[in-house]
Amino acid sequence: MDECIGSNRHCAELFWILKIVAVGFKDFCFKKSLWLFHYGGASCNNCDIEILDCLTPRYDVERFGMKLVGSPRHADVLLVNGSINQRDKDRLLEVYDQMSKPVKVVAIGACGCTGGIFAEGNTFAGPVDKLIPVDAYIPGCPPKPEAIIAGIVKLIETM
Amino acid sequence: MGEHILYFFIYPGFLFTAVVGGIIAGVDRKLTAAVQFRKGPPILQPFYDFFKLLLVKETIVPANGSKITFLLAPVFALCGVSIAAVLILMPLLGVNSGFEGDIIVIFYLLTIPSLTYIIGAMASGNPLASVGASREMKLIIGYELTFLLVIAAIIYKSDLETGLYEILQAQQSGSSHIGSLSGVLLFIAGMFCVQAKLGLVPFDMGEAETEIAEGAFIEYSGSAFALIKLSKYMLFFILPALIILLLMGGVQLSGIHILWAILKLVAVVLLITLIRNTNPRLKINQAMRFFFVWMNALVVIAIVLSYFGY
Repeated sequence: MDECIGSNRHCAELFWILKIVAVGFKDFCFKKSLWLFHYGGASCNNCDIEILDCLTPRYDVERFGMKLVGSPRHADVLLVNGSINQRDKDRLLEVYDQMSKPVKVVAIGACGCTGGIFAEGNTFAGPVDKLIPVDAYIPGCPPKPEAIIAGIVKLIETM
Repeated sequence: MGEHILYFFIYPGFLFTAVVGGIIAGVDRKLTAAVQFRKGPPILQPFYDFFKLLLVKETIVPANGSKITFLLAPVFALCGVSIAAVLILMPLLGVNSGFEGDIIVIFYLLTIPSLTYIIGAMASGNPLASVGASREMKLIIGYELTFLLVIAAIIYKSDLETGLYEILQAQQSGSSHIGSLSGVLLFIAGMFCVQAKLGLVPFDMGEAETEIAEGAFIEYSGSAFALIKLSKYMLFFILPALIILLLMGGVQLSGIHILWAILKLVAVVLLITLIRNTNPRLKINQAMRFFFVWMNALVVIAIVLSYFGY
């Protein structure tokens, strides 16, 4: 403390370094342990199956510290697939509100990203990014598990 | 006084148990991955999970729940586990800190985590959480009698000594309890009790992920959930340690014996993980029948056998 009184600048620098270390540690832990919650809209089930494929021994996303959790309260990443119609919209917003922030949202498949072939339908409530902020898009109909893993690794790199 | 605070907070209490428990939980996840032919998460994954929940995530309190009870329950769970950790680990490390009958105190302290999980789940006001809580409650009714009978049998086998340190001395001067037939039966029953206390498969009906979305913990998030996770990791260390102390002759911390101590711990954890990975989840009535009929019968047979000197 005695040194700090003499040179305020050193003290501020030290504080700054400590802050960077602390923030870096927080970000590091967040990156290393993303828990997933899977929300399927009016999906044709192909994207759901491909998402579950990522958890099988062949692709094993648990090696990145990810796991599928049952409750939205525990989750860090919301995976949304399927076209979102008028009925899904309220449920999607409710699930999103129930999650403890910060939360990353990943839109999976053509329907999740843009609406796909349902984009012109009269019950369509807009692609996912019209309703909630989306951090990563993984296009494909359905995207291969390799594509999903590549997308999620890119999401981790941006964090 | 300062020494005692050190015991409780650093070694062998809170901090030591948390670090070792976290590593054991990581080893458990790695072994699970190996059983399923996967690569698995890094061994430090439980620490990443814990610090993420503690530092990064927001804690949500349910609107129609009892807020103070909901948030205090994990704290009490952690306190109960820490005190139990000190009372179990001090005799195991060769310090006679115990008192006459501390095994009974440990029996009660070890029910505190499950009890607080139930209270927290009930306070959250979530229907799925109350389903999980009621299952957890029935499970406690099932396994506690077996656990108490196991402890009674061990007290009987150690010439009616009720202190952990004396039980350990009785084993180290003679032979460890697991060396006899009745000891093997007690070990089997004790392992299943530990499995149920840890809430692992086949006894994870209280927090069934796929069925009732983590049941009792469904509403927890952020730091409160981090504390629950931490108390689970610590239990994962002290319950195998208790089994080693009561049945496997404890450990000695000098020279080559340290390796032997780690080997014992790894063996018990490996057994727990293998049981967990090769069994389906039981229904709650099946679990209760399993403990009430089969495990209790097993322990009674063990008591009778030890009466005849086997």
